[in-house]
Amino acid sequence: MCGIVGIYLKNHDLEPRLGEFVADMLEEMGDRGPDSAGVAIYRNPAPENGSKVSLFSSDPTENWDRRKAEISSHFECEFSLSVHASHIILSSETPVSLVEPWIRQHWSDLRVMSIGKAIEIYKEKGHPKEVIERFGFRKFAGTHAIAHTRMATESAVTTEHSHPFSTGLDLCLVHNGSLSNHNRLRRYLIRQGGQFQTDNDSEVAAGFLTWRLSQGDSVVDALHSAIEGLDGFYTFAIGSRNGFSVLRDPIACKPAVLAENDDWVAMSSEYRAIARLPDAKHSNIWEPSPAQIYSWGRD
Amino acid sequence: MEFDLTIDALRHVNQALHDCGHNHGDVKPFVIRNPKGRHAVAVGMTHEIQVTVDGHVGYYCGGMNQSANIIVRGNAGPGVAENMVSGSVLVEGNASQYAGASGHGGLLTIKGNTSSRCGISMKGIDIVVGGSVGHFSAFMAQSGRLVVCGDAEHDLGDSIYEAQVFVRGDVESLGSDCIEKEMRPEHAQALDRLLEQSGFEFPVADFRRFGSARTLYNFKIDNADAIR
Repeated sequence: MCGIVGIYLKNHDLEPRLGEFVADMLEEMGDRGPDSAGVAIYRNPAPENGSKVSLFSSDPTENWDRRKAEISSHFECEFSLSVHASHIILSSETPVSLVEPWIRQHWSDLRVMSIGKAIEIYKEKGHPKEVIERFGFRKFAGTHAIAHTRMATESAVTTEHSHPFSTGLDLCLVHNGSLSNHNRLRRYLIRQGGQFQTDNDSEVAAGFLTWRLSQGDSVVDALHSAIEGLDGFYTFAIGSRNGFSVLRDPIACKPAVLAENDDWVAMSSEYRAIARLPDAKHSNIWEPSPAQIYSWGRD
Repeated sequence: MEFDLTIDALRHVNQALHDCGHNHGDVKPFVIRNPKGRHAVAVGMTHEIQVTVDGHVGYYCGGMNQSANIIVRGNAGPGVAENMVSGSVLVEGNASQYAGASGHGGLLTIKGNTSSRCGISMKGIDIVVGGSVGHFSAFMAQSGRLVVCGDAEHDLGDSIYEAQVFVRGDVESLGSDCIEKEMRPEHAQALDRLLEQSGFEFPVADFRRFGSARTLYNFKIDNADAIR
């Protein structure tokens, strides 16, 4: 099954409540999949030319102060570091092009969850209610977010198998469904230089988008390619720096509901998650058509 | 009698609706408030009662309905009135996937649109949709009638058996073994009655009829009575 939600705030006055909105929606979707949960939130952009990285450590005794001192001294630049349970957000004026390769080379024991300027990804095993509490997510402010609660069907339940999956700078994907050509496609993408952390099918969808974007596609073009390249069932929500997009496969078995009013645009696997939002009753509600790309965002 | 799903447990509400017919005599109409997209609201009804659900519902509202008349003042999620036997379900908004799936009887009316697979495997139910239906509607539909006052998306009536389909607007494409058929007086009469029952005032002459070409399944005219 799995449940996905997304919200984009049109009314900036609501930004302090984004975490609360996403938490309510995701908890409502908890019985669509209690195995793991994750959120990608866009907020507090790094300085111009700078970068922001979300990292995960499986070591509960991790010494983050030591890591911060190490990277700050290497780049001779002050990195700000905030710890949220097993995840940290590392932000600085050093560009992504320098920070990312250094982290991958020197901190190979950590997992890079997201890279960009505004994106932060938090994901863990467990029911969304527990996961949200662990990260203190309700208090987070931001402009938009997408989130996922997983019922594992084809691969293991681990933090790495959880959604959202990073697909590039400030980009990520959540998926409800199952892909049938992911093994062949993963082999193809590895030959194109793609890297995968798991045997999960949704990670292949993310890798497919990463590959198309690296070939110069826009997000919308990459999603058009996905309709051709991915075989299986899916409702995707794709987060980007400026907003989010939604795509369902041409058969559209997997549910999705969209709703919009003057204050926000929201998507969810089911209406009951949207019903938790303020003034949901007075929103325009509809079901996205098959194989059609819907996008919202700031230009 | 009123229920509020922000206060009353859904199981308790459905049970109360199941039990109400045991008290002989007239049963007053029921209203269920604040459904907020909950699943399985007013399912398995077995009595001739009036139930109004005031808001949007999730999966399977009115499922397995027998005898009750259910009105949804909002949108319905997937599988509304699935496997209905008799009675009626009226959705004032739109309905999601597989509305009226497998229904054996009764009348399902949707004032708005439905998404894909409306009336999939229908077995005698009548479905009237005021707007349009999504792809693969009336898929493997066995008997009963699907009336679409708007348009039908691709593959209407794929692998259809003996259900009758009436469409007022455009049909994007017909599925395997589904063809346009002559509208004979008995069809026009039945369609007129269904439109009247469901409160739509479109002229029967606006509609076209579709049904099975009977090349995919083993139809023998001698057995026609068995599938009526």
